[in-house]
Amino acid sequence: MSLPKGELEVVGESEQVALDSSEQGPRSIAGRSLWAIAWRRLRRNKAALVSGVIIIILVIVAVFAGVLTNLYGHSYLTQHNTAPNSLLDPATNMPLGAFGGISSTHWLGVTPVLGQDILSMLMFGARSSLIIASLSTALSLLLGVSLGLIAGYFRGWADTVISRTMDVLLSFPTLLLSISLITVVSFITTSLLVRFCVIIFVLGFFGFPYIGRIVRGQVLSIREKEFVDAARSLGASNGWIMAKEIIPNVIGPILVYTTLTIPNYMLGEAGLSYLGVGLNPPTASWGQMLSDAGNYFQIDPMYLFLPGLAIFISVMAFNIFGDGLRDALDPKSTR
Amino acid sequence: MVRFIIVRVLGAIVVVWIVSVVTFLIFQLGPTLTHTSPVYYYVGKIPPTAEGLKLLTDRFGFNLPLYAQYWHFLSGILFGQSITDGVSAPIPCPSPCFGYSFRQNELVGNMLLQAAPVSISLAAGAAILWLIGGVTVGTISALRPGSVIDRIGMTGSLAAVSLPIFFTGPILLLIFEYQLGWLPDVAYAPISQDPLQWLKSMILPWIALAFLFAALYARLTRSNMLETMGEDYIRTARAKGLSQRTVVLKHGLRAALTPIVTIFGIDVGTLIGTTVITETVFNLRGLGFLSIQSIQNEDLPVIMGVTIVAAVALVIANLIVDILYAVIDPRVTV
Repeated sequence: MSLPKGELEVVGESEQVALDSSEQGPRSIAGRSLWAIAWRRLRRNKAALVSGVIIIILVIVAVFAGVLTNLYGHSYLTQHNTAPNSLLDPATNMPLGAFGGISSTHWLGVTPVLGQDILSMLMFGARSSLIIASLSTALSLLLGVSLGLIAGYFRGWADTVISRTMDVLLSFPTLLLSISLITVVSFITTSLLVRFCVIIFVLGFFGFPYIGRIVRGQVLSIREKEFVDAARSLGASNGWIMAKEIIPNVIGPILVYTTLTIPNYMLGEAGLSYLGVGLNPPTASWGQMLSDAGNYFQIDPMYLFLPGLAIFISVMAFNIFGDGLRDALDPKSTR
Repeated sequence: MVRFIIVRVLGAIVVVWIVSVVTFLIFQLGPTLTHTSPVYYYVGKIPPTAEGLKLLTDRFGFNLPLYAQYWHFLSGILFGQSITDGVSAPIPCPSPCFGYSFRQNELVGNMLLQAAPVSISLAAGAAILWLIGGVTVGTISALRPGSVIDRIGMTGSLAAVSLPIFFTGPILLLIFEYQLGWLPDVAYAPISQDPLQWLKSMILPWIALAFLFAALYARLTRSNMLETMGEDYIRTARAKGLSQRTVVLKHGLRAALTPIVTIFGIDVGTLIGTTVITETVFNLRGLGFLSIQSIQNEDLPVIMGVTIVAAVALVIANLIVDILYAVIDPRVTV
């Protein structure tokens, strides 16, 4: 990571000196990058650290969902709804036993009607959720950063075209258009890969103007700074200035925005799946589980709570971590 | 000022026009890629004979060039048209005509008119709740930054932002409808007919929706308020000997709320027609429910109508906010 130029801010450094002297005794004042300062601040934010650990666990579960469910011994695709292996009450089709059929073999119980294992379904749901959230965030970033950079750096007609386009996109009823687009594509093909791609596209594409506006605003102010003038007077090309002088200075806000966009898109995927236009069975999705649970929650509330809690904990972890990151990277922050 | 308003209105019309083109392309062009005649998505079945199919294709104009089809769609909305299936008497459909749902045997316009009050009730009631709740929590938090109240308020709002309505909604239903039995029969009734039933049917959806937005507004109010309270004129107001109450309410909150008014207008505008999830959870027959239902039925004229109405609501909200902002804030160049 290259060192952001011109951002060796005084507040952080003096704070650093005070800290160092109290911790390790007196020593010479060393210039620290914004990243070193931010990391110090983040480490002192317990909630953000805990959230970071939760995020790491979530990613591990998502990546190794197949291995973990093999170790655990139950695929969520196995249905325990026929005798003699049925785990359901034949009269009501609801899980046998307390709390939605929680037992030593099925740690979080089984689903009503089909009797699928909930824990392994949640693990694969984490995978779907994270794949869609991270790839659509990547798409938003790609579009938002490149277009925001072009608009803010070159200004003029490029800025007008890009800014107007973003304004128009922001005044679209994007949820309805997303639902419609997914539905029309589902008329054409039922391929799972295409389904994933379309969901990623609608979330990422309709979301890019938010990051685009932030990047444009940042670039507009940074391009007027002295160090950019200095680079230009030394004969640096536009491409070099953008890559070496401007991008490193907008990485902070982009990083914060990324950690706050991922949970939004997780909610987005869950919402689409809840409405039946996201991921459909047999692909596991937390939103789809909640939609199914909505039919039985009076009798089997456990089936509602588990995917709900999975969404809540994951989204909250990303939100707290993103907030912590913002505080840590903000030079004005007193934390 | 007049020039500013004219420019903004023209801009809004352009946006609505773009939405109409995109909606048209998705729905009129999309189905042709499926190798099924678009007739299917209008009437729900393909006529068994080739002649029958050709008859309907001609009637709906699917054989015309795209621009002619688009003009037919647009002119229907702008000037009205009369709808005919070639057998029964033509149905007059005055402007704004969004076509006819052959699945439901009803004019799309009538279906929209029936659904709109539900969505408007939902959005308006929730908006009042979240504005009051969010601004109160945000202000109190900002006045005592770092205090216990502030921490509870901000952690709570972070939690609320992380809870989807399709989780909080069923939990509210579970508690108040099934466990406590306070709201046993929650069918929607128009406010003009039965205000009490209307309130009963709306209270839980309002709470679920407002809970989410109040959290966003609390966070926003807090950060704006913290910034405002550090301004010089607040110190001046204090130095004049004004009471804390006057300083906070008249000087602080007033400045801190201006950006919130902008977002409030846009949020309410967005919600009309897009509260799909809330309406689905609470089984309210509003515009959002209508859209998802017509998508499931593959009833294209209806979903096109809902999309355009939702876009118009959003654009009008944007327009009102822009103009109000120019009136309130003298720094906006008119």
